[in-house]
Amino acid sequence: MTAAHGLSFDIAHMLAGGLVLVSFMMLYQDRLTALLHVLGLHAFVLSLSVAWQAHIQDAPGLYIAAGIALGFKAILVPQALRRMIFRMGLHREIETVGGIGLTMLAGIALVALSLRVMLPVTVHADPVAREDIALALSVVLIGLLTMVTRRNAISQVVGFMSLENGINLAATGARGMPLVVEISVAFSVLIAFIVIGVFLFRIRERFDTVDAVAIDSARGGQR
Amino acid sequence: MTVAAWTILALFGLAPFGALTARFPAGRVPIYGGSLILCAGLFYAGLTGLAGPTEHLILPLGLPWIGTHLRLDAVSGFFLVLTGMGGAGASLFAVGYTGHDAHPERVLAFYPAFLAAMALVVLADDAFTFLFAWESMSLTSWALVKAHHRQAGNAQAGFIYLIMATFSGLALLLTFGLLAGPAGGYSFDAMRASHPDLAVAAVVLVTALIGAGSKAGLVPLHVWLPLAHPAAPTHVSALMSGVMTKVAIYGFIRIVFDLLGPGQWWAGTVVLALGGLTAVLGVLHALMERDLKRLLAYSTVENIGIVFIGLGLALAFRATGFQAGAGLALTAALFHAFNHTLFKSLLFFGAGAVLKATGSGDLETLGGLIHRMPWTAFAFLAGCAAIAGLPPLNGFVSEWLTFQAMLLRPDLPQWGLKLIIPVDAAALALAAALAAACFVRAFGIAFLGRPRSEAAAQVRETDAWSIAAMLLFAMLCLAAGLVPGAVLDRIGPVAQALTGANMPRQMGDAWLTIVPVAASRSSYNGLLVFAFIAVSVLLTTTAVHWFGSRAIRRGPAWDCGFPDPSPATQYSAAGFAQPLRRVFGTVVFQSGETVDMPPPGDNRAAKIEQRIADPVWDWLYLPLGRGTIWVANRMNAVQFLTIRRYLGLVFITLIVLLMALTLWQ
Amino acid sequence: MIHALSWQFVQMVLILAVSPLLTGIVRKVRARLQRRRGASPVQPYRDLRRLLAKEAVVADNASWLFRAVPYFVFATTWVAASLIPTFAANLMFSGAGDLIAITALLGSARFALALAGMDIGTSFGGIGASREMMIASLAEPAMLTIVFTVALVAGSTQLSTIAETMLNGHPGLRVSLALALAALLIVALAENARIPVDNPATHLELTMVHEAMVLEYSGRHLAMIELAAALKLTLYIAMIACVFLPAGMADGPAQPVEDAIGVAAWLAKIAAGGIALGIAETAVAKMRVFRVPNFLGAALMLGLLGVLLLFVSQGM
Repeated sequence: MTAAHGLSFDIAHMLAGGLVLVSFMMLYQDRLTALLHVLGLHAFVLSLSVAWQAHIQDAPGLYIAAGIALGFKAILVPQALRRMIFRMGLHREIETVGGIGLTMLAGIALVALSLRVMLPVTVHADPVAREDIALALSVVLIGLLTMVTRRNAISQVVGFMSLENGINLAATGARGMPLVVEISVAFSVLIAFIVIGVFLFRIRERFDTVDAVAIDSARGGQR
Repeated sequence: MTVAAWTILALFGLAPFGALTARFPAGRVPIYGGSLILCAGLFYAGLTGLAGPTEHLILPLGLPWIGTHLRLDAVSGFFLVLTGMGGAGASLFAVGYTGHDAHPERVLAFYPAFLAAMALVVLADDAFTFLFAWESMSLTSWALVKAHHRQAGNAQAGFIYLIMATFSGLALLLTFGLLAGPAGGYSFDAMRASHPDLAVAAVVLVTALIGAGSKAGLVPLHVWLPLAHPAAPTHVSALMSGVMTKVAIYGFIRIVFDLLGPGQWWAGTVVLALGGLTAVLGVLHALMERDLKRLLAYSTVENIGIVFIGLGLALAFRATGFQAGAGLALTAALFHAFNHTLFKSLLFFGAGAVLKATGSGDLETLGGLIHRMPWTAFAFLAGCAAIAGLPPLNGFVSEWLTFQAMLLRPDLPQWGLKLIIPVDAAALALAAALAAACFVRAFGIAFLGRPRSEAAAQVRETDAWSIAAMLLFAMLCLAAGLVPGAVLDRIGPVAQALTGANMPRQMGDAWLTIVPVAASRSSYNGLLVFAFIAVSVLLTTTAVHWFGSRAIRRGPAWDCGFPDPSPATQYSAAGFAQPLRRVFGTVVFQSGETVDMPPPGDNRAAKIEQRIADPVWDWLYLPLGRGTIWVANRMNAVQFLTIRRYLGLVFITLIVLLMALTLWQ
Repeated sequence: MIHALSWQFVQMVLILAVSPLLTGIVRKVRARLQRRRGASPVQPYRDLRRLLAKEAVVADNASWLFRAVPYFVFATTWVAASLIPTFAANLMFSGAGDLIAITALLGSARFALALAGMDIGTSFGGIGASREMMIASLAEPAMLTIVFTVALVAGSTQLSTIAETMLNGHPGLRVSLALALAALLIVALAENARIPVDNPATHLELTMVHEAMVLEYSGRHLAMIELAAALKLTLYIAMIACVFLPAGMADGPAQPVEDAIGVAAWLAKIAAGGIALGIAETAVAKMRVFRVPNFLGAALMLGLLGVLLLFVSQGM
């Protein structure tokens, strides 16, 4: 990460870092509607990053992937989730995240961990891909952390989406990811999303809440 | 060297006189006066040690075939200067402060011996002398802690201190045993010459950290410190916090930097981690504390953490072959130790003056002292500003230097250092900011506002000796902040001896600007900043008075139109800390509040209850104590055996040891 | 020597003269966005003149500290502000203090102001001081981590050198710098008692922080504190401009053309900063006091992450 790599590296790195930053915003945000805005922003940064990779790798297929990210993940999914929480009347919900300071600290530890794991392993790889993969792993881990620290099923979905964005980032950073795989991943996510959405409604009908703790209690003393 | 040796002997000799003169009303004066003069001697001897070549002295005392080896080099000289400085100030303060002590004989005999023991630790050049001096230091200070043994809590403080001191002595004994190796060379020269292998070096590091660190107050071995330091008479508290912790740091430096050899980088990581933890935890405790002296003791823990951060950096840099950085980090640590001696002594003097005037060190009973104790208030304010790391005073300079050392080498290849140094930088920044909050609280609650008790409303200014000691140290704090180069250049030989590099000479610059590495990288000029502020204040005051109004009218406080005459409506010490307790305490101390508000019509008093748990006690010492009791209960059975079984036990032990011996070879 | 001194003096006077106008601009922008006419941007100057001419009312039990603090706070803030390169770098006293020293000088001013708030012994003074120190205990370390990030990129904590590196050294687009900028914006809002952390226009008891601390001040003392607050706001915008947008700055004084460009560019940056602040303050709502630690904690974590990334990515 020195100036020797030039501007194209800097921008790619910047966008990947931006994705990590937005992941942290996600970790910080405890209002559901605002969380969805952040999810949109996350996907938007991802699409920018993918588009930039398409530009520097000269791979037009990636532009389509960027378009998919922008269309599905930045606009469609957040909108759909938004409608969902309005219909469920959750839009004023504020979640109790257990200590934002601690969660953020854990997030930083995860970033440090992923850098520690990835950078030495990929010493011989392309420097652009190296940092990108390390940052992508951080995004994935922070997405997981988001899912773990949230109580609300919807924000767990948001965490899952950001996790998937991280995988996407890693995939585009490593050159030569076939477009087919990309599209299939995108569709699988969409299907997962629909399934989760349906489930959420079913859960709500049955338990009158989407709070995961309340749902857990319905498992009947198996914990 | 001979000056130092004679001074120490004279201090030891002064001790029995203390027991004699204690019967007379003015008996304290010759003892403290004598200590003052002898401490000046130590200070002088230390300066010669810093400037001159290394000197050796062998006294025909102690063990017959070993004798007592003394050595005065730059490192000893620096810490001798600290001892002399802190001791002189405390003695000056004590002349006035102890005028009405009920039991002078409990203090007078031990006080000079305590000073002598500390000086002897610094000069010792063989393990036996070192340990003898170290244990004397522990015992005399223990006796001083127990001076007011009938006050609540002091007996417990003394007991815990004794346990920790024994533990620390044991750890140091092990350290020297390991360093001496199979050859058993107990002189420091022999230890320097031998190079222990990696595993031994690791164990030595750990035992040195336990032995010296527990004396210095390193978390999690700090628990005795906030109990014992405040329990002693205040001038002794000042010595324990200001000087004895530095002697402990000397012990650590002497063992790890000097005797142990070059060392490994991970040693620096361990020290850095402990230092950062100590700094943050110490200041958080200080923030929650309501007793003034105990608050200061916890703040000592914080400052020890800052010093150890610098030492850890120096260790890490030295092991990675980056001598210049090691020199800078070590200089920063030593300068902070120097500063801490100054301002912590000053603050303890102020706390002592408050204690003497009001009879209480509880913040919740103080307030408004600035009106009736102006000199004490002024000096205490200077100490608060210095310890909070505010420019242009001295505390800022040493913290600034530590930050500069941290920013030197982001490109070290070791992962442990890459991760711990930024975290420690943030921890140090956090500790500095929290210290500012802590001392705004301490000064604001104790000295400002309205008196919270009758005693606080009726105080009188303390005696002239105490004021002289406080003002002297306040001036020194300012001087060390304005011209830090004068001190830093003296530390140069110490850093040179221990790390092989030191900061460039600082006093050569025409403007006395401090430049740790290069002018384009960083520089600071306390003198200029101070002059700048002073001129601005003068200019503005004159201009405002000239062009604006000079009229002033005294009236009742505004307070949004609803001033309340009761001083109980002021913010209390607990109330001031509440936001911070809520932010940090819920995680670190599992603090919480229960509010018991009676319903309307019920005449019960409303009650609010705070809970604070000390994680170190809960997670380390209480389980340890329970474990000890459990083992003791099990072992109890062994005390009721028949002779035959006792013999059997001896036999089995013998066999096991023999087998261990055969396996060893 | 005299020449260099006079340039330093020009810088001090410039930043002092501009700062009330900046406050006026921010107020005007907010008023316009709220469909009010608002006072003229020069209103703060008139306020200051009026306050200076009034007699000062001091509470009965105020100590010397209470009367000394306004001047001290003003002088310290002014000194800190004069260490920031505005139109030109490498002024005479720029070697007297670096970014860490500037942060600490502002800390000195806050220390004094919090003590003054506690001097009278009213509950409002106490609440203000207590909350101010709570905010500062997170904002100051966050600021320092930002300083570390910038210093590691530029290889110096000296603001003049940093500005030159950013201007000529092609530091590139760095993730750490982006993190630092985000954190710095948060810290600047908190340090200057702006929305969403504090509201400079409120006197609603339970929400005020800075205003509660200075509640007992009047007349010339209040004028000094208001001027210091305006200076601090200017200082922060100037600092952000100096580190992240140093375009147009001259690399030394006494070059007429470059200096003129520098002054013009600086004034434009300050004005833009003021307008942006006005818009931002209109767009967001004030937080509860106990959400502020989260907000500032996020800044601290961002700063730490920035430093960590720089440490980790160097020498790999």
